[in-house]
Amino acid sequence: MLQLECPWCGPRDEEEFTYGGEAHITRPPEPDAVSDAAWGDYLFFHTNTRGLQSEQWCHSHGCRRWFNVARDTVTYRIHRVYRMGEPRPGFDA
Amino acid sequence: MSGYRLASGGRIDRDRRLEFTFNGRPMAGYAGDTLASALIANGVDIVARSFKYRRPRGIVAAGAEEPNAILQLGCGARTRPVQRATQTELHYGLSARTVNGWPSAETDLTAVLDRASRLLPAGFYYKTFKWPAAGWKHYEHVIRAGAGLGYAPDDADGDRYDRVNAHCDVLVVGAGPAGLSAALAAGHSGARVILADEGSEFGGSLLSAAEHIDGAPSTHWIARARAELAAMPEVTLLPRATVFGYYDHNFLTLVERLTDHLPATDAVGPRERLWRLRTKQVVIATGAIERPLVFGNNDRPGVMLASAVSSYVNRYGVAPGRRAVVFANNDNGYRSALDMQRAGIDVAGVVDVRADPSGAWHEAARAAGLRVFAGHVVPDARGRRRLASVRTARLSADAGRIEDEGPRLDCDLLAVSGGWSPVVHLQSQSGARPRFDTDRACFVPGDPVQAERSAGAARGTWDTAGCLLEGNEAGVAAASACGFEAPATALPSAAAADEQPLLPCWLVPGFKPVSRGPKQFVDYQNDTTAADLHLAIRENYTAIEHVKRYTALGFGTDQGKLGNINGMGIVAEKLGRPLAEVGTTTFRPAYTPVTFGAIAGRDVGALLDATRHTPMHAWHVARGAVFENVGQWKRARYYPRPGETMQQAVDRECLATHHAVGVLDYSTLGKIDIHGPDAVTLLERVYTNNWRKLAVGRCRYGLMLGEDGMVMDDGVTARLAEHHYLMTTTTGGAATVLAWLERWLQTEWTDLEVHLTSVTDHWATVSVAGPYSRDLVGEVCADVDLSAEAMPFMSIRECTAAGVAARVARVSFTGELSFEISVPAAHGRRLWEAVMAAGERYGATPYGTEAMHVLRAEKGFVIVGQDTDGSVTPDDLGMAGLVSAKKDFIGRRSLARPHLQRRDRRQLVGLLTDEPAAVLPEGAQLVDDPDGPLPLPMVGWVTSSYASARVGRSIALALVDGGRDRIGQRVFAPLADGRVLSARITDPVFLDAPGRPPHDRTDRTDRNAERSGHRPERPPAGAVDA
Repeated sequence: MLQLECPWCGPRDEEEFTYGGEAHITRPPEPDAVSDAAWGDYLFFHTNTRGLQSEQWCHSHGCRRWFNVARDTVTYRIHRVYRMGEPRPGFDA
Repeated sequence: MSGYRLASGGRIDRDRRLEFTFNGRPMAGYAGDTLASALIANGVDIVARSFKYRRPRGIVAAGAEEPNAILQLGCGARTRPVQRATQTELHYGLSARTVNGWPSAETDLTAVLDRASRLLPAGFYYKTFKWPAAGWKHYEHVIRAGAGLGYAPDDADGDRYDRVNAHCDVLVVGAGPAGLSAALAAGHSGARVILADEGSEFGGSLLSAAEHIDGAPSTHWIARARAELAAMPEVTLLPRATVFGYYDHNFLTLVERLTDHLPATDAVGPRERLWRLRTKQVVIATGAIERPLVFGNNDRPGVMLASAVSSYVNRYGVAPGRRAVVFANNDNGYRSALDMQRAGIDVAGVVDVRADPSGAWHEAARAAGLRVFAGHVVPDARGRRRLASVRTARLSADAGRIEDEGPRLDCDLLAVSGGWSPVVHLQSQSGARPRFDTDRACFVPGDPVQAERSAGAARGTWDTAGCLLEGNEAGVAAASACGFEAPATALPSAAAADEQPLLPCWLVPGFKPVSRGPKQFVDYQNDTTAADLHLAIRENYTAIEHVKRYTALGFGTDQGKLGNINGMGIVAEKLGRPLAEVGTTTFRPAYTPVTFGAIAGRDVGALLDATRHTPMHAWHVARGAVFENVGQWKRARYYPRPGETMQQAVDRECLATHHAVGVLDYSTLGKIDIHGPDAVTLLERVYTNNWRKLAVGRCRYGLMLGEDGMVMDDGVTARLAEHHYLMTTTTGGAATVLAWLERWLQTEWTDLEVHLTSVTDHWATVSVAGPYSRDLVGEVCADVDLSAEAMPFMSIRECTAAGVAARVARVSFTGELSFEISVPAAHGRRLWEAVMAAGERYGATPYGTEAMHVLRAEKGFVIVGQDTDGSVTPDDLGMAGLVSAKKDFIGRRSLARPHLQRRDRRQLVGLLTDEPAAVLPEGAQLVDDPDGPLPLPMVGWVTSSYASARVGRSIALALVDGGRDRIGQRVFAPLADGRVLSARITDPVFLDAPGRPPHDRTDRTDRNAERSGHRPERPPAGAVDA
């Protein structure tokens, strides 16, 4: 079971959180301007990185805030935890 | 009958005699015995029949690695399967049984399988019983009946199990010399330490060895260390606690056995406690397991690990045999021989694989007068129900084959040692890969990937002085990594390394080729032999994970503790590849079996899940309501009167609601309070229809879609003030919808100023429906004009109801004229009773969810989650009119995708069975031609189905391919009982004229109810609820 550092509540067990999948996917601001293929890509296709990946988590059994986690999907090492709206960290940092 | 109790010695209390039974036979042991040591003392030779060949098996080990003495303990609800006798503390009244063999393990008639073993090679069951595929269901139960290691209790478990979440700085696993030393060092630093050991007593291997620390028996040091640790306030000592799992981010699980070592009368309190532990640092001091040697008939009762022999002699004061031979490839054989000799057991000789043994242990053995057969092996053991003799042979210079046969030695005990395997299980579970150490011929812990370090025998250090030193270093380092400084302390003096290197011997050469000679067992528990491994390689299973699955090596509760490394050595030799390259299979939790009780803890029965009750729940219970679960809610389904069937009750409730007035507890409906200047923008984005023009005091029905365009939830939202809305959701969808809205607001629409609050539990709601609802609500609610002009359909007002501040809304889910009154939850019961009291003269009838479902289905209203399944669009439901073309909302873009525009999509329709009384089962699959060739193409399914008293027949809603173009056609529902029901496809509205989109209908039906003059002067007598 992972231990995640909620930016508001501190380190908590994984079972308090909800996983939200890949982060930094923006909803197309003008959906009509997007082709069916591009829309399908937005909806259904995520990168599923092997290695460091930015993903969304929600402290659903705590403060109910969403935030971002840069996590290695192989080692499960947490690289960084950062709030919504903050830029994706440079992974070589 | 070979084993016996020694006249003296051992850590047992000879003044406390404990009676127990084995296979019903009365026996006795002493306090401090394990079940295994007591069985040996009582002369028991056979404790099991082997898994596949039914060969007699005896006790091999003295610890967690025991593969044979797997017994069933106790009986009835408290019986425990898969218990290792070697780890079971003896207590008064213990009853133990063998689990395989018929009629018993000691006299097993199925042992004939061993004679037929040439017919049972590895993969036999795969090869033989899988074809034809249909045959397996016939063979399986015969094969399964012969297998197994015990049986589950046949009654519910009456015991309690606890669970605790804990945090610490340093977890030390194992309380042998290394673990105690580590715990002392870390404890002295002030760090929070937990020391866990699977045994009842701390000391580990020291308890079984005749060793000295600081010039006194090592048990003195153990007692001092334990007392010192117990005095430290930040140190927790956990005996009888097995660390069985090592997971991510230093999360470990322990199971602590609290009462199983006590007689039933003393077993008070929880039986086991599961620890869920998050720790900063782990010190793994789990010791090592001795390897057996693989030779012909090495499974005969009487063949035992040398370390186990020492353990039984030194710790338990029992002799596992009367005349012993030792067979070893390392110095531990001499240690064991000397232990036995001291205890008065006749040692016939030590067979040492090494051609030129030397060193302190060898010399001590010689000095004690022991016969040593250097450069010899034991290729074969004789005797069936008990070892009778061993054959010896001299090895060739390259140790690869047998040169000539040596003397045959009579013995009833053979102590074997093939070297040691560090217990790397936990380290391996933590994600590290064990590394093969060629010098020590064992797998040692690999580079750590989590915050852990190993110490002592767990990393291949065998001598006590080395263990104490490494433990101390690991304890200091672990504490230091947590920011604690351990004071320097003098280490106790102990025996230092004085052993000569071992000679690896994975497979002892035999008199005949492997496939022709007597069976050489590698994995006792799974009956895997060296010949099986060779066969797997011949059949081209060369990856160790494939060999494991083909031969079952390392399966089962044993998890390869005893046999895996030998097996890998044999595979490596056969493949001609270094063992380091062949590698190990994956070690998985649990290290030893864990009870389901411990894992479930208190989450059983009524505590498995939370139950939610409305404030009026007690009233429903008092009225004899039958409840149904809706999510965690208990909702009244119907209120049967004495003698009424469910259908009769539902018919009565429906008719009363339609002709007079019905009252429903609607408190469970999800409610989200939405505040803020951007509230309406949020509604615009998450609902398919328009919200900007909704006036204060008015309500609107909304459909919520997922971004994929599929219907996700629906409900009525009311505008309470300029920037204040109250959204209702389906009962089951409340939490999902709140999470959904919060996610959009926090991750995508961070600029919106909106606050969401779940108020589902804050309000109690009573829904009053039927022609008399306005009269009835008027009597309960003051300060509000309920007239059709002042309060049109889909409006909401604040008022006083039953004396408290309330909201009343005119909305309808039944199609009847209907009002919903909401008060703060604390007043819910009071409101309900006020409504029922005032309703008496109108014939007010409480109705449940079943009547509500029937009433809404008659009008064709859908229930999201019942008539939809996540693949249904608004248009599929005939609700395209609710979808705005003028704005963007979640899911809109997806609706434009070609597949969602197809005319032949699965659409909501009504079904009328040709036989009016027949009610289609919900979920029934629909086909066009029930007599067509199989498999029949499925064209849809029934989503809702009821017998409707008002329509006077059965009605059903269904999703049917291209259904709206098929109105009037016939479909068929082939049922599981062989019947085929035919039905005509219709409009989904069974009352009122069809043909209008359903979203219009809510308004229309409510108005119709008023306009039609459908209002009897007096309530029908039958509708008055008694």
